[in-house]
Amino acid sequence: MEVGIVSYGAYVPRFRIAPQEIGRVWGTDGEAMGKGLMISSKSVPAPDEDVVTISIEAARSMMRRCDVSPKDIGALYVGSESHPYAVKPSGTIVAEAIEASPNMTIADIEFACKAGTAGIQMCMGLVGSGMVRYGVAIGADTSQGAPGDALEFSASAGGAAYLIGSENVIARINGTYSFTTDTPDFWRREGQPYPSHGGRFTGEPAYFKHVTSCSIGLMERMGTKPSDYTYAVFHQPNGKFPTRVAKQLGFNDKQIEYGLLTPQIGNTYSGAVPLGLAAILDNTVPGDRVFAIAYGSGAGCDGFDITVTENMAKYRRDAGPTVKQLMEKTKFIDYATYAKYRGKIRMKEGGE
Amino acid sequence: MTTARFWRDNATRYNLIATKCGNCGKVTFPPRNVCPVCHRKSMGKMEKIHLSGHGEVYSFSVVYDAPLAFEMQKPYVIAIIKMAEGVMLTAQIIDCECCEVAIGMKVKATLRKIGEEGPGGVIHYGYKFVPA
Amino acid sequence: MREVAIVGIGITKFGETWEMSFREIGIQAGLMAMQDAKLTAEDIDALYVGNMSAGRYIEQEHIAALIADYSGLARDHIPATRVEAAGASGGLAVRQAYMAVASGMHDIIVVGGAEKMTDVGDAASNAIQSSAADQQWESVFGATSPSLHAMIARRHMFQYGTTREQIAQVAVKNHRHGALNPNAQFQKEIDLKTVLRSGMVADPLGVFDCAPISDGAAAVILCPMDMARKYTDAPIRILASAQASDTLALHSRSDICTFEATKFAAMNAYRQAGIASKDVQIAEVHDDFTISEILAIEDLGFFEKGQGGKATEDGQTAIGGSIAINTSGGLKARGDPLGATGVAQIVELVQQLRGQAGKRQVGGAKYALAQNVGGTGATAVVHILGVQ
Ligand SMILES: [Zn+2]
Repeated sequence: MEVGIVSYGAYVPRFRIAPQEIGRVWGTDGEAMGKGLMISSKSVPAPDEDVVTISIEAARSMMRRCDVSPKDIGALYVGSESHPYAVKPSGTIVAEAIEASPNMTIADIEFACKAGTAGIQMCMGLVGSGMVRYGVAIGADTSQGAPGDALEFSASAGGAAYLIGSENVIARINGTYSFTTDTPDFWRREGQPYPSHGGRFTGEPAYFKHVTSCSIGLMERMGTKPSDYTYAVFHQPNGKFPTRVAKQLGFNDKQIEYGLLTPQIGNTYSGAVPLGLAAILDNTVPGDRVFAIAYGSGAGCDGFDITVTENMAKYRRDAGPTVKQLMEKTKFIDYATYAKYRGKIRMKEGGE
Repeated sequence: MTTARFWRDNATRYNLIATKCGNCGKVTFPPRNVCPVCHRKSMGKMEKIHLSGHGEVYSFSVVYDAPLAFEMQKPYVIAIIKMAEGVMLTAQIIDCECCEVAIGMKVKATLRKIGEEGPGGVIHYGYKFVPA
Repeated sequence: MREVAIVGIGITKFGETWEMSFREIGIQAGLMAMQDAKLTAEDIDALYVGNMSAGRYIEQEHIAALIADYSGLARDHIPATRVEAAGASGGLAVRQAYMAVASGMHDIIVVGGAEKMTDVGDAASNAIQSSAADQQWESVFGATSPSLHAMIARRHMFQYGTTREQIAQVAVKNHRHGALNPNAQFQKEIDLKTVLRSGMVADPLGVFDCAPISDGAAAVILCPMDMARKYTDAPIRILASAQASDTLALHSRSDICTFEATKFAAMNAYRQAGIASKDVQIAEVHDDFTISEILAIEDLGFFEKGQGGKATEDGQTAIGGSIAINTSGGLKARGDPLGATGVAQIVELVQQLRGQAGKRQVGGAKYALAQNVGGTGATAVVHILGVQ
């Protein structure tokens, strides 16, 4: 059975903050920090936005672009490391908002930045086995960096939703491969507001080892080489890592151009590869082949080999905003507003 | 605990479910059991419909003195929106500057967090409007 | 139906009465009214208390029995009833008592109105006041009482060309009147600039467009007209008592610049009294916000729809103008202890009709009208009083 992407939708909050502004508050050279990370601005969610609202925006856009009845959706997974509830699924709210429930299975997923792509794989399995007709996989985050921490320059917000099915597929998933080990490069303990990370340990033994292994493993299994792909997208905690890993693997700048969003919007965590892939799909024509590698700390990678089908030609892309359109609608804010929006200002509680 | 009180209306607040009178065609929001025009003649004829989500600003205010639960958002725009179907409702207008809002401005519905029962409580989601 | 007279009035000074509890202010007004009517406790047949939210302000429900108890009426076991219709609770309590006397059910009734608002913080008080709006479909989205009225103001400006300055003039005029009222919360005149430059509450309304948070109580004694001379030489006749309702949520109305409830109640009241709006010389109207007074004087028929702002600016609604509106200072300057307000309006009109209004006395008034509103006009109560 041919399983693939039937529709997709993206969402990025409109607020932005520049590294210079963050650096100004902490006495860091923001300009240099931004250059080093290859991040010129990052997205910031409004105080009334969270993973649920971002997921709903993306999922509604996804549904508007196709003619699938929400009642034919049999599974929905929201992958995130910033679910608004520790206990109580985000997915049920999303499913209710697109009127897909109640005849379906729903679960929230967490695997650092690759929870969204894990959802895609789960949906592929369910669709491929005939257990469900359509599955929805969403990757979204409103990730937080501790004030003053290096992460604060990159941790941002956004997400994308994918409708996985076997009918009217606009992009066929030729194969998927994952590479996973136990590597604690980045974590957040229950009840802690901000994540911790292993500093430089997040680089070579974590990101680079896993992304490289997964990429090579996927190409081996598919019998392909970098030049077989029109486009590629890699997980992008900053602008530097994906650019470097792409070069090491033999992909050129042109291939990764569309999918590299972190320089403008920062690291959207679980939203990163789903959004990067959406940005690529926004620009593809039938026959294009796409290579996608998501990375999640802890650590693992999900790789996908995707071919855009003839159906893309008549796909209603205009029914939802493209990633480019979302990235153009911006408003820059200062650190005080950012601190207010991100709940870093301690407000009076209860108070009656 | 107000969880159930809010939960009961979630479908309406997520997807702008209204009622249309099968007798006179009047659209009411939130859904009603009886048409305010036809009274008894409408009983059993109130049909659930989806509002399109498109409307225009009928009137608005910028709230500076906000309830505790809305302190973090102030100043924010609250408006009465006249929906394409003719019915009016009250909601916030977001994703634009306060000074850009005007009577007659075209808006469309989106879904955001509208409140929560304290930091450990249930989060409420519902419609807000953005410039169309 | 029997004719009904007001034979006694009492009112506390409105404001922040830190030393006094709810029960103390409640009985103070009642005892003053009883003294005014030279009544003793044994004469009283029933008690009605207008109160919006004692449950949330002082965590005390069951307040009618409480007031009866602390007024020393517990041993007489009189029926004591609380009446609630948000800001119109007081006016509605007067109306309930009026109906009870008119019907022959009771002879002598004490009607009290009381609210103790300063026992909670400002934010809590604002939340309680906003609970008069539709909690599920207005307040939950962040609409507050001031912002709902601000939307009325903006729409009025849009539809009729009413200016921000005209709306502000309501506060200037009511503060001028309040300065003449020894029971008013604010007895200080303010100028237009003060109103326009006051801190923004809900654009376009600022702090000086909003009635304050107040403690206070007021009481009146009602009895059948043919018994009135026993208690006073100057009974004031209740010529009409009318009440109307409208949709709870402002957005459910086709036009938010008119309070249909006020129009309907007024229409019925004028018919009952056998007079027209032009016969009224004094009116206490529900200016919980400046814009509310503009709507009121239009909906009551004193001015054409859309002309209320201009009439105010031209001084037509001040003492000495074509109709004296809110001689007490209104809710804006006298203060607005929610449940007390509707009763306080009646107290002011009785003082005026008796010729006891001191420096703010309007000469030769024959008919006086009170308009008390709950929420954004979902309840309106209109009374018309006349000299015997
Ligand atoms: Zn009907």
